Amino acid sequence: MLTTLLQNIINALQWGSFYSMIALGYCLVYGVLRLINFAHGDIFMVAAYIGFVFVGFLLKFMPGSGMYGWIVLAITLPVTMVLTSMLGVFIERVAYRPLREKGAHRLYVVITALMVGLVLENGNLAIFGASSRKFPEIIDKVVFTFGGVRITNLKVMVIVTAIVIFIFLQTVVNRSKIGMAMRAISYDKFGIPLMGIPVNKVVVFTFIVGSSLAAIAGVLFGMSYPVLDPYMGMIIGWKAFIAAVVGGIGDIKGAFLGGFMLGFIEILIVSFFSSNLKDLIAFTILLIILVIKPTGFFGVAKSTKI
Amino acid sequence: MGKYQQKTIMIGGGILFGLLLILAQFKMIDLYVQSVIMFIGVNIIFATSLSIVNGYMGEFSVGHAGFMAVGAYVSSLLSVILFTVDKETGMSILPPSMSIYLFPIIIIVGGIAAGIAGLLVAIPSFKTRDDYLAIITIAVNFIIITALNNMDFVGGSRGYMGMKKVIYGMEGIFKFPYMLFWVITFAIFTVFLIRRFITSTFGKGIIAIKQDEVAAEIMSVDTNHMKLVAFMFSSGLAGISGGLFAHVIGYVNPGSFSILKSTEGLVMVYLAGMGSLSGSVISAILFTILLELLRPLQIFKWVLIPLILIIVMQFRPEGLMGDKELSDYFPKLKKFYKFK
Repeated sequence: MLTTLLQNIINALQWGSFYSMIALGYCLVYGVLRLINFAHGDIFMVAAYIGFVFVGFLLKFMPGSGMYGWIVLAITLPVTMVLTSMLGVFIERVAYRPLREKGAHRLYVVITALMVGLVLENGNLAIFGASSRKFPEIIDKVVFTFGGVRITNLKVMVIVTAIVIFIFLQTVVNRSKIGMAMRAISYDKFGIPLMGIPVNKVVVFTFIVGSSLAAIAGVLFGMSYPVLDPYMGMIIGWKAFIAAVVGGIGDIKGAFLGGFMLGFIEILIVSFFSSNLKDLIAFTILLIILVIKPTGFFGVAKSTKI
Repeated sequence: MGKYQQKTIMIGGGILFGLLLILAQFKMIDLYVQSVIMFIGVNIIFATSLSIVNGYMGEFSVGHAGFMAVGAYVSSLLSVILFTVDKETGMSILPPSMSIYLFPIIIIVGGIAAGIAGLLVAIPSFKTRDDYLAIITIAVNFIIITALNNMDFVGGSRGYMGMKKVIYGMEGIFKFPYMLFWVITFAIFTVFLIRRFITSTFGKGIIAIKQDEVAAEIMSVDTNHMKLVAFMFSSGLAGISGGLFAHVIGYVNPGSFSILKSTEGLVMVYLAGMGSLSGSVISAILFTILLELLRPLQIFKWVLIPLILIIVMQFRPEGLMGDKELSDYFPKLKKFYKFK
């Protein structure tokens, strides 16, 4: 019983890591622009596909096992991050920024984000077809066993990566100069350009960081759950976003913990009830939390001026 | 003279509607065109009902299709249980001939059920605003869909059918394009109702909430009551559109009321402009026709349509109509109708 519970906790930590990594991407953009970037889940999906294509390309030249597997991963990750960041910045530049500069209502930017998500999803569907793809196995699986609890090296990698990313973001946002600019923009959008802060550069930086996170999450997701389909980003993205809000969006700690919380809830429901009821129970719990605490666990209520 | 001139569009519309029914009655227009017209009607109800919350009240409801699902399932269940022959007893609960009269009531009951489901969003909205409320609506949509997926007596994820039998039963008694008639009637009724609601002194409270909730409260608008009414009214009308949708297609499954359907509703509302009723109607018509025209493109349709919308947004960042009505752009139109 205890070992099953521990095993489930390990699984939940891995599953929650993915939610956390995606939730952090939502949280960054939301924190700066007050924009729900609904395309983020689909950027994650595109990243997984870019990783898939690139790994497939590399495996033609070298065997995907042993030392070579790690080399493949070491090349794939940065390439995917760069390509995905380019996509993220392209979307920002072409779709969001013109709207912002025209002073469109905030919700119109959100709708545009939804549309960008649809374009990415269905564009992918049109290119790759509806059948799901299998991500090739690149690193050799090593299983550690601690008193009946099995942990693969991949799981350790995923969980550690999520924590490292969290610490990195926490330092960047709270300690660095550009992080200060990011917080400043979310605080006062109109006063900030007057202080000589290049708003657009900061926004581009935010999108680069957010998309790179999605890229890391996408490649790791492909390695952990090796079935890719064009709609995976949408569902995980929506869920991660809800998790981020329950944790308290606009606060990095909140998004991080919210992701893990959703992971735990889902895995525990699956292991103790049935997987059919997963979404029903998970969303009901989240709904109740939001009703009781409308700004999430770590969110700060925005004061409204009259 | 003015008295008659003001009714020009009403009378013209009435004649057009009658003509359409006669043409459909004698099979002069094919079923495909009929079904497109019916989808336009359903989408008009869906879009205008969403525009109460998203357009006039300024909240961001992303899970509107969930309420459509409630209406669709409740009214389909009712009509199938009441009017189809039970396998064991060999007879139906109510005589099928009554379905002709009871059909609109069943659709409205579905709407009322959806309105009650709207409480799921309405009650949290007292304390929650903006993006947090948007999340609650998404969660409600997911909850409704997964709940339906897990209900075996409505077929779970396989879906539920049998509504066509009821419609055929109605047509067997007296040949008439019932669905076409009811969809258009309900669409006109909905637009009329919303128009009355928004322009009434009571309904102006909703617009006050959009502009400034705190100020509205100081000006003696009971904001909680207003929100309750707006959410229940809006989701109730969405339920009506769902009931009609289910009976037009004759088959419902939870997947057809997913977030994607909600997104379609959002597109119609924001393409129109926030707070423009005639805009919502026009964009519902345009959007449905666009969907049908691009059908031959298959999967590329869903690449092209969002792209078109992104481009439209770049040129009209406030939507096609902004917050103005058709009669604001063409003041001379006012001569020809009085929509009150």
